[in-house]
Amino acid sequence: MKDIILQISLRSIRIHFLRSVLAALGIVIGVVAISSMGMMGANMTLSVTEELSKMANIVVITAASGSGGGPGGGPGGFGGASDKKISEEEFRDIQKIAEKYGLVYVVYRESDTIKVGDVKGRSTIYGLDEDVMRQIFTLSDGVFPKSTSSVLVGPTLAERYDLKIGSRIKIGDEDEGITNTVKVVGILEERGMSNDINSDMAIIGSEKLFTGIYGNEGEYDQVNLILNDINDSQKARADILDKMNRKETTVNVQDSSRMLESITSSLGTMTTFVMAIAGISLLVAATSIFNVMMMSVTERVREIGIMRSIGAQKSEIRRMFLYESIVLGVVGATIGAVLALAIGWVVVLAMVGSTDYFFLPESLWYIPFAMLVGIAVCVLSGVYPAWRAAGLDPVEALRAE
Amino acid sequence: MPGDSIIELCEVTKVYPLPAGNVIALDRVSMTISDGEFVAIMGPSGSGKTTLLNQLGCLDRPTSGDLFISDRNTREMNDRELTSLRLNTIGYIFQRFNLLPLLSAYENVEFPYLMKHRRPDSSGRVGDLLAQVGIDRAMATHKPPELSGGQQQRVAIARALVNDPQILLCDEPTGNLDSVTGQQIMEMLTELNRKGRTIIIVTHDPGVARYAQRIIKVRDGRVT
Ligand SMILES: Nc1ncnc2c1ncn2[C@@H]1O[C@H](COP(=O)(O)OP(=O)(O)OP(=O)(O)O)[C@@H](O)[C@H]1O
Ligand SMILES: [Mg+2]
Repeated sequence: MKDIILQISLRSIRIHFLRSVLAALGIVIGVVAISSMGMMGANMTLSVTEELSKMANIVVITAASGSGGGPGGGPGGFGGASDKKISEEEFRDIQKIAEKYGLVYVVYRESDTIKVGDVKGRSTIYGLDEDVMRQIFTLSDGVFPKSTSSVLVGPTLAERYDLKIGSRIKIGDEDEGITNTVKVVGILEERGMSNDINSDMAIIGSEKLFTGIYGNEGEYDQVNLILNDINDSQKARADILDKMNRKETTVNVQDSSRMLESITSSLGTMTTFVMAIAGISLLVAATSIFNVMMMSVTERVREIGIMRSIGAQKSEIRRMFLYESIVLGVVGATIGAVLALAIGWVVVLAMVGSTDYFFLPESLWYIPFAMLVGIAVCVLSGVYPAWRAAGLDPVEALRAE
Repeated sequence: MPGDSIIELCEVTKVYPLPAGNVIALDRVSMTISDGEFVAIMGPSGSGKTTLLNQLGCLDRPTSGDLFISDRNTREMNDRELTSLRLNTIGYIFQRFNLLPLLSAYENVEFPYLMKHRRPDSSGRVGDLLAQVGIDRAMATHKPPELSGGQQQRVAIARALVNDPQILLCDEPTGNLDSVTGQQIMEMLTELNRKGRTIIIVTHDPGVARYAQRIIKVRDGRVT
């Protein structure tokens, strides 16, 4: 049916086209800003989540530094160094408990000075069982080490020191006189951030090579458990903690689900914050809509007086102005939504570096969300002007020029 | 022909408070208009004729005094009820046409019809009324600013009649019309009056006033 009130609103928008466009522009910008910020956050979260879930199957066990170890060393950081080591005996116990969940292996770790040619630097040196190496690493070049003087190097380290197969690295400080020269036999594929072994910047050798340099045989820096089923992570953690720490706290256990949770939640907070800032643009839009609506009311006082005096109810007048702001809101929000697809894509590409997740509902959801917010802002900005218009006295309004 | 009272004013006073002092536009006006009467209101410019008509048309509330429409005290009616009285019972032809600028002539006449019936006119009533006041189909598509003063007034008359009001209030309806059209309009009003409508017309023109059964004279806000 023909709604004459809506007709009047549409015509009023049309004759004040430029003004209406400018008012709607604020909403367009607001919707674009909110949705692209939201999508950026969502895409970031999705990409970090996927990155992290690659290592969701890893449980890291370190010695609890607080127990009987005396002073020195805070609680073992995330895969970080701790003075306390895990003894061979404790490892056996852990193995007994955790074997059923997956592969349990020990890690020797030390940070040391290295020298390649004339270039000095520092690197982490890992000592690992040869079989374990084969299971957890893939090589981009070369072979796994077969002797106690051959090592694998991470891709970042290789690039920094220009290491090739056959390159030699001096481990240890020359000033202290003890150096060991090792030969690169393999280069690892990039593995990214991980909480078990950060291999990209590391030198990896056999256990023998490691203990040959640093001693401390049977005193491990870390025990890793690679789960067969990632859903076991909480259970395995509880199990190990329960049995190992029965008498006193001997080990810390870190599973990645907690880290994932905390990162996701801080990304969520950041997204909300950025969106709130983008929301300020809607506040600006609200003032401009409000302004335009007030102008529209002032210009049409006489028209309102005529309508009221020939029998239009206050509600019809309110409706007329609310329609006007709703139309501005819907048009602005729709244009904003279309632009948000394009601009959001660019923002996500620039900030997250990948648009793999762009079309997922978790990401696209921000567009209708921002549209709704934009339309709501418009309607709210139109409420007072509409109410003012409806409240005008018919006779007074009729006398207006 | 006149029957029971349809409009009754008791000591109706209208005061406009202005910075320069109060303007008493209507001063304790009391009068009765019977159902089906044809009344002319005459008086000099600024005497309060429009103010009086606005009271009769329930556009405005009295500062003091009571106004009864069909024996209902308008003081006891809320804005909604007064508005629907204006929509259904009263037709108002303004001194200044007062057409809605965004609507075509046809839509202007249709507007009160839509407000009342909530559906478009399918009976052809809008078109018939426009034809009766001499606005043809082509002209009916024009917006008010594209029409002459006389044409606008005729559209305004058709609009006032569209909901078939019991009371028709006219503020100088022929002031902008040539004498031939003016006469046609007056004959239309007379015909409506014959069909039982109450007609109250403000005019300066004694020739127009002759159509009325009774003349009310207003001077300085008082009915004499
Ligand atoms: N809204 C208002 N505010 C202040 N004064 C008003 C208002 N409306 C009318 N008046 C005053 O009330 C008096 C009566 O005005 P009104 O319009 O009723 O005169 P009128 O008889 O219709 O005159 P005209 O023949 O020129 O149309 C005038 O003095 C006018 O200035
Ligand atoms: Mg007047």
